[in-house]
Amino acid sequence: MPQQVKILAVVFVVALTALTVVRYISVPDTFGDLGHYRAAAVDSIAVLPIYYAGERACLDCHDDVYDDKTQAKHASLACETCHGPAVMHVEDEDSLPHIPSEREHCALCHAFQPARPNGFPQVEFAMHNPLDECIDCHDPHAPLPDLSEADCGACHGEIARTKAVSHHAELACERCHTVPDAHRETPRQVRPSKPSRRKLCGECHDRSSSADDAIPRISQTEHEPEYVCWQCHYPHFPEAR
Amino acid sequence: MQRIDASVDTSTKRLDRRSFLARCVAATVAGGPALLDILPVDASEEEQSQPRYGMAVDIDSCIGCGRCVDACKAENGVPLEPFFYRTWVERYRVREDGVEVDSPDGGRQGFPSADAEQGQSQSQSQRSFFVPKLCNHCDNAPCVQVCPVGATFTSEDGVVLVDHEYCIGCRYCIQACPYGARYLDPVTRTAQKCTLCYHRIKRGLQPACVEVCPTEARIFGDLNKRSSPLARFFRFHKVQVLKPHLNTAPKVFYSGLDGNVS
Repeated sequence: MPQQVKILAVVFVVALTALTVVRYISVPDTFGDLGHYRAAAVDSIAVLPIYYAGERACLDCHDDVYDDKTQAKHASLACETCHGPAVMHVEDEDSLPHIPSEREHCALCHAFQPARPNGFPQVEFAMHNPLDECIDCHDPHAPLPDLSEADCGACHGEIARTKAVSHHAELACERCHTVPDAHRETPRQVRPSKPSRRKLCGECHDRSSSADDAIPRISQTEHEPEYVCWQCHYPHFPEAR
Repeated sequence: MQRIDASVDTSTKRLDRRSFLARCVAATVAGGPALLDILPVDASEEEQSQPRYGMAVDIDSCIGCGRCVDACKAENGVPLEPFFYRTWVERYRVREDGVEVDSPDGGRQGFPSADAEQGQSQSQSQRSFFVPKLCNHCDNAPCVQVCPVGATFTSEDGVVLVDHEYCIGCRYCIQACPYGARYLDPVTRTAQKCTLCYHRIKRGLQPACVEVCPTEARIFGDLNKRSSPLARFFRFHKVQVLKPHLNTAPKVFYSGLDGNVS
């Protein structure tokens, strides 16, 4: 065998051994068992401690509050949504979880915010009984909307604000919508009526109307008869002209 | 019809009630143990079939209260200062002259009220809404592909995890994630991200953000199961994923997603 082949062979054997040794030392134990990662890492992540106990843990002792809650508007809230992480309290009942009573806490969900979905109960916190705590009037575990309040703007804040600066500011919501009482309790199941005919707008805006002269007029028989008015004009903020 | 009836008549042997019942008993005696042998095997196969965890987000239900962000930080020990989030909530405001997106402190302390935002833009707002974001747990995850040491990986149940003992903190994955879902933990100097609360779901609990969401805008479940809240959600909602053109195959699905959301 030529000399150079022998040397090469020795070099290869040494390199291969070194590679094997380095690989043995540097690649962790369970690497590659399940894929290109340390299988043991999955287990070490799975046993991390929990801080939120989950609602079933609360139910074991507080079933009375739980029953109240599931019958009312806050049914979809978990206890820990307001009370915060409660594993400490489950393990040691003397370590009390957070008990929020301040207005700012309720404002997180119920302050008026145009980006919130329509129909979600919102109030203007600056105007809504600013000196009282929310929980003075509303039971946080079984809250109900205040039924004495007739103001639609409590929930439909965006429409109320828009309409307030429009030419329709003086019109009451009931001028165009019939609002069943049940709408205040179950706003999504029972809906107010909406106008269906051009005639309603015509009561003020048709040439034949006897309303105030300052109100703009068109002839309902000639003006775009193939559309209903609100397909082009937004009734809560109609164009000035 | 005539021919079919005839063939049925000729091929079926007539059984009287006595021999039919006798055969039923014999079949039960002979086949019962065999069935019992088979059934537990089936059940264990059912158990062995891997879950594939995913999440759905209902944008029309999100009220932007930020309880999910707060719960996520508390549950996972995420640093409280801004810029470290495993989940966060963005507010989109579509105006006539463009789209404005903000997320003050990830939405953890809610969003400034309507009054505070006056005067930022002169143009009319067309619509606004909240979009909760988190790691999309992509089946085809770019972060997993770029990790040079195999410290980030997709677990067998479809959750993208970080091996924080093995991560070298090179930040490649943070760069690679098209959803901005990762951060470098300032204490451990390793990459961190949403684990779908792996430590909770393995104990049979919901992820913390799902647990505390007051409007059920987040739905967690097993995509391989036909009876899960997630499967039910998919029956009633049309869903979309973020950045579908990147072919990352996310497992976080959005219902009511606006075209402006990226």
